[in-house]
Amino acid sequence: MNIKEVLTAEENEKLFMLGNEAAVRGALEAGVGLASTYPGTPSSEIGDVLSRIAKDAGLYFEFSANEKVALEVAAAAAASGLRSFTFMKHVGMNVAADSFMSLAYTGVRGGMVILSADDPSIFSSQNEQDNRHYARIANVPMLEPSNPQEIKDLMKYGFELSEEFQTPVLMRTTTRVSHMRGVVELGNWDESTGKKKGFFKRDPKRFVPVPAAAIEMHRTLVEKMEKMSDVASSSPLNRIFDRGGKVGVVTSGSAFNYVMDVVEENDLDLNVLKLTLSYPFPEELVLKFVENLESVVVVEEVDPVMEKEVLAVLGKHGLKKQVHGKLDDTFPTIYEYSPDIILEGLSRALNKNLKQKEVSETEIPIPARPPTFCPGCPHRATYYSVRKVVEDMGLENVVHPSDIGCYTLGVAAPYNAADYLLSMGSSVGTSCGFSKATNQKIVSFIGDSTFFHAGIAPLLNAVHNKDRFVLVILDNRTTAMTGGQPNPGIPVDGMGDEAPEISIEDIVKGTGVKFLKTIDPLFMKKSQETIEEAINYDGVAVLISRSPCMLIKSKEQKKRDVYHLEVIEEKCKNCEKCLELACPAISSHNGSIIIDQLLCRKCNVCLQVCPERAIGVKTALKNQ
Amino acid sequence: MKSYNIYISGVGGQGIIKTSIVIGEAAMKSSVNVVMSEIHGMSQRGGVVSTELKLGDAKSPIIEKGAADMLLAFEPLEALRAVPKINENASVVMNTSPTYPFNIKESSAPYPDIQVIVDEIKSKSAQVFAFDAEKIAKDAGHILSLNMVMLGGAVAVPGFPLDKKVVMEAMKNNLPEKSLKINVKAFEKGFQSSKKIQVD
Repeated sequence: MNIKEVLTAEENEKLFMLGNEAAVRGALEAGVGLASTYPGTPSSEIGDVLSRIAKDAGLYFEFSANEKVALEVAAAAAASGLRSFTFMKHVGMNVAADSFMSLAYTGVRGGMVILSADDPSIFSSQNEQDNRHYARIANVPMLEPSNPQEIKDLMKYGFELSEEFQTPVLMRTTTRVSHMRGVVELGNWDESTGKKKGFFKRDPKRFVPVPAAAIEMHRTLVEKMEKMSDVASSSPLNRIFDRGGKVGVVTSGSAFNYVMDVVEENDLDLNVLKLTLSYPFPEELVLKFVENLESVVVVEEVDPVMEKEVLAVLGKHGLKKQVHGKLDDTFPTIYEYSPDIILEGLSRALNKNLKQKEVSETEIPIPARPPTFCPGCPHRATYYSVRKVVEDMGLENVVHPSDIGCYTLGVAAPYNAADYLLSMGSSVGTSCGFSKATNQKIVSFIGDSTFFHAGIAPLLNAVHNKDRFVLVILDNRTTAMTGGQPNPGIPVDGMGDEAPEISIEDIVKGTGVKFLKTIDPLFMKKSQETIEEAINYDGVAVLISRSPCMLIKSKEQKKRDVYHLEVIEEKCKNCEKCLELACPAISSHNGSIIIDQLLCRKCNVCLQVCPERAIGVKTALKNQ
Repeated sequence: MKSYNIYISGVGGQGIIKTSIVIGEAAMKSSVNVVMSEIHGMSQRGGVVSTELKLGDAKSPIIEKGAADMLLAFEPLEALRAVPKINENASVVMNTSPTYPFNIKESSAPYPDIQVIVDEIKSKSAQVFAFDAEKIAKDAGHILSLNMVMLGGAVAVPGFPLDKKVVMEAMKNNLPEKSLKINVKAFEKGFQSSKKIQVD
């Protein structure tokens, strides 16, 4: 599929779409006027697609500085009568939560959908928090799609529900739904769908939650939710699959898929209740579902959220029915599910041995294949140099607070460059704490996009409170981890237009930092001298380590295409210094060092590390 | 109908997701329902990449242990890692050219001998189509056409549920125009490689 087809494909056409692509099509069909995000796996592709089609679709899209800003941009648009869409990974909701909570109080005028992409089993995150809780804390409705078709359809429904009740709607996907592909039948869209410019009519009683107003807003909010509970009970989105059984399963999202496949495959007489509009919890519907059941099994990822709701409904109505789920250890309390886990869980719940397929195992020990920095990645050079300077200076117990991005991979040997991590921007805030709580040297790391996102406020905190640490800002000129989206330091915006390039140097100077130097990590000797200077500085020292991500096809790299690096066998003494870089392009086979020409990106770092000058530059034949 | 389950594994950068999309689209064009799972993010930095496809009436793309009808392994070590997904009736198409983990020197488990891997896979499945896809891709004109060599190899396997012609159309819809010629050549070479093994 060509990505443009998200925009150009016509009604009733079928596309093989990623969940995240389907979200974009759904937003288009719903007539979204504004969309915003901060990139985060597993939601990133929504922004990638939007940035490619927004202009042609006639809507506004931006990569915001962080999730809180993204939510605020979309909230203001919805208050102005536009349909707005903001999306982020689950932990992004934590960043946006402050404004999100107030937004639930003020409500919206135009429809607003907030998509939170959760990451059960932590494929690419720092936790696996279950954001269904956010619907409950804030008192907003929750939609839980199970596949790309549902994502697309629910986008439209979400905006309608949002406008009907003047409330933002939270949609929760998980990695397996966002990154699932399936056949999606499209609805109608054309450029005239939806408003692209709104008008903000002031109404402070509604939009300014000072105490006197907020106290009324909360009452209104609770009333809305009570009404919506009836909507949830009668909605066709919440569907009973009646197979005439005495045991029923309540499920949602990806877990629903597994349940249905296991039920069909094993021909089980289980009734299934799929909850798609899962909050407000559809009390009446659940009562109807359990009426003739002997027991209920709740199958959900990650926390026992619906299970507690079911128990509450049964308790409220004095019904005595067995409930199986996470709370009685029928199902695991952590991580994502799979068909195998469902089969085991249902075996326990039904107290019968459901057939498991014969599983082949191999006796051969299998080496792990951990992810690492790409060949040519500038982070490798920065970490190698910091490590070398620290060792040469004879420093011990240096603390390396780290942050969120590709560079967090520096936690592994041989770099060992991440000692403490909490969240986006935490490298700087925790450096302040280590600086006060210990006498240890502190060298912390943060990426360019993460610095813009949440690193600036803690940096001025550090200056004001007279902390002492080195902050290395790894400026690789992109938001690399999530696939290379622009950030405020890049002269391009989410619409693909030229944009002001915010200077990290200017920001750092503005916070009052006195020691500020910029290095190119690929020039190692000079870099190491500057790193030493920074470590010796008494106060807050900032080093900007600037070199573009190797995944960006720069002019600089095209120049590198004309040569390649080779080990000069006569000079190589096999000291394996180059292997300490842990570069995927350098390996040792039968006692000789080999540089893989396909992988090598010619960053020339190994050449500078080799004490024997045994790595040489050769003019290459352009054959690969 | 019971679904035909394909597990595809290899290393980041080998074009596994693109290959999977081609299969999925070909299924859709053949009016066969299809669901697919892919993992983005951390796994792409030289780590393991895998996708799972179910062709037929399945809601979830996640393949149960021992339920893959086909394993398409872009790298020998990753074929071995995927053994729990297959059963004795499975067909395996595998590349024999290794990509060593960057830290293999420090690894407590050495990289197994390629022939040992192939023999192990043979003992765990019904039929194995093993060939050096890297070499074949280079012969076709570009090493990056390795994924189309593998795809061609898969389509030639007896019991593969999609028509060669439809798969090739889906290829054209998903690959850049300028590299299409090389990719088609790579696909044909992969197809012939599996056919030849079948004849032998």
